[in-house]
Amino acid sequence: MSDAILAVMEQQEGKLNRMSWEALAAAQRIGDELSKPVEALVLGEGVRAIADEVAASKLACVRLLEDPLLKEYTPDAYCLALREIIAAEKPYLVLLPHTYQVRDFAPKLASGIERSFLSDCIGYRVEDGSLVFTRQLFQGKMNADISFTGDPPYFVSVQAGSFRADQVATGGQPAAVESFSSKIESGKVRTQPLEKFQEAKRTVDLTQAEIIVAAGRGIKEQENLALIQKLADALGAEVGGSRPICDNGWLPMERQIGSSGQTVAPKLYLALGISGAIQHLVGMKGARTIVAVNKDQNAPIFEVADYGIVGNLFDVVPALIEEINKAKGQ
Amino acid sequence: MKIMVCIKQVPAKDSTLRLTEDSTWIREQDLSYEINEPDAYALEEALRLKEKHGGEVVVCSVGPDRVQQVIREALAKGADRAIHLVADGGSRLDSYPAARLMAEAVRREGFDLICTGLQSDDLGFAQTGVVLAELLGLPHATIIMEVQAEDGRLKVKRELEGGWFQWVQMPLPALLTIQSGINKLRYATLKGIKQAKSKEIRRVIATELGLKAEELAGRQKLHRVYVPVKTKQTEFIDGSPKEAAAKLVEKLQRDARVL
Repeated sequence: MSDAILAVMEQQEGKLNRMSWEALAAAQRIGDELSKPVEALVLGEGVRAIADEVAASKLACVRLLEDPLLKEYTPDAYCLALREIIAAEKPYLVLLPHTYQVRDFAPKLASGIERSFLSDCIGYRVEDGSLVFTRQLFQGKMNADISFTGDPPYFVSVQAGSFRADQVATGGQPAAVESFSSKIESGKVRTQPLEKFQEAKRTVDLTQAEIIVAAGRGIKEQENLALIQKLADALGAEVGGSRPICDNGWLPMERQIGSSGQTVAPKLYLALGISGAIQHLVGMKGARTIVAVNKDQNAPIFEVADYGIVGNLFDVVPALIEEINKAKGQ
Repeated sequence: MKIMVCIKQVPAKDSTLRLTEDSTWIREQDLSYEINEPDAYALEEALRLKEKHGGEVVVCSVGPDRVQQVIREALAKGADRAIHLVADGGSRLDSYPAARLMAEAVRREGFDLICTGLQSDDLGFAQTGVVLAELLGLPHATIIMEVQAEDGRLKVKRELEGGWFQWVQMPLPALLTIQSGINKLRYATLKGIKQAKSKEIRRVIATELGLKAEELAGRQKLHRVYVPVKTKQTEFIDGSPKEAAAKLVEKLQRDARVL
């Protein structure tokens, strides 16, 4: 019987979701502390190359689950396949990134085998040999420490930015890739995925951006976004916005950061004229370094900022553009 | 179409939350409540589907007597009747007990479609709808931004990450979790508020459903609730805009190493 910590790596069209590495980093840390083997799981069709990529990490093994019915994601096929491998391998803990896809299938996966799924966790600790997880309540206004009762396997998803992808330990030699053939009956897959599409022509994936410059109500008028764009250009950054900016139509919805938009964890996040409502903070506080510029020194954005400048963004931003260009010119 | 909408009553958005003395929950007596925002959109979508295809909209809510406030609002907006699953606290930890109660209460109703919000603003597990679908043996799709119903089938627009969407088809009956912003919410009319008073609210307690306490027990234990500790020490940078900008760029290069 395996007693492993199993990290489920999410891939779409042959590309790993960056948050998968964060789940793997969490799995490695927990495995270390509990002295349990750590395994990664890759599922899909024709995804051997991804399994090999993951195998460079320090792992007991990579489990590769391939089936034509896993080529396109459906909650039914994913749950059928995962239940088979979980029944066979009996992991102690299944760790998943808290992505839209995981939200779609993990509650079904866990409840279907009468197990509990603790979603959107931001941390953990080991207390008397058992795991206690921390997750947010009331949109980040409170935290709660929660543990599982009953038997494993336990299911946990981790919030974007709660663990660091760059802290995944690599192994001395590649981990073994163990293929697992599933037996999904096509008649049991009830949903039929059709085409994927984007609403607007020009699109962006802010979750993959390394630097984000975000504007809030403080920019006052749509024309002033040009200044924000100029700063973004100087930094090689993407532009994002808080909900009011996107609701006004000043920025496309795909650039909205927060609980109803994107959750991002870039290396650098500049919040300009954003007061920092909790709905915004939950979407960006996982950023490595946060800079806030705001007129109000009591604005909640400064609660999460590493660096703060209290002042008018229309004075600070042009100066910042100049200094960045100067620094880059060196 | 016979449609059920699951609605949850949550603390109002601007609430100041205070902890109970033993730090195991918040002081509920201080709070005012409102309908969970995504659930309001789920209700609106159901009402629109009924207007288009005919049928019935039934709202279902789990919680103590105070949840009748959001039930009344839903009835005033146009829902036909309601089911109130009476549960005092207890179920606030795990999505499973709430889903289990609803599943047993509506199993024999034969709904064509069940709509829920994609997550709650209080606990935010984002699970109740999907667990309910599993318990009822229904196909589901989450984070839905458009619903088309035709010939016993659904075609829905699922929101993916990074600005992508996907059309998904499935047979009815089915369950959908609805994203905020899918439609424009209506207000209750005076006539609606008046009519709501005579609409049926079926009050159901767990034991009437033949459920034992252990069947409703969550599989999680809450140890403590607390105000998050600020982990970051903000370094404020002073000086004129030019000075502050220069200092900031230097810090981002030297200390944070992000430029």
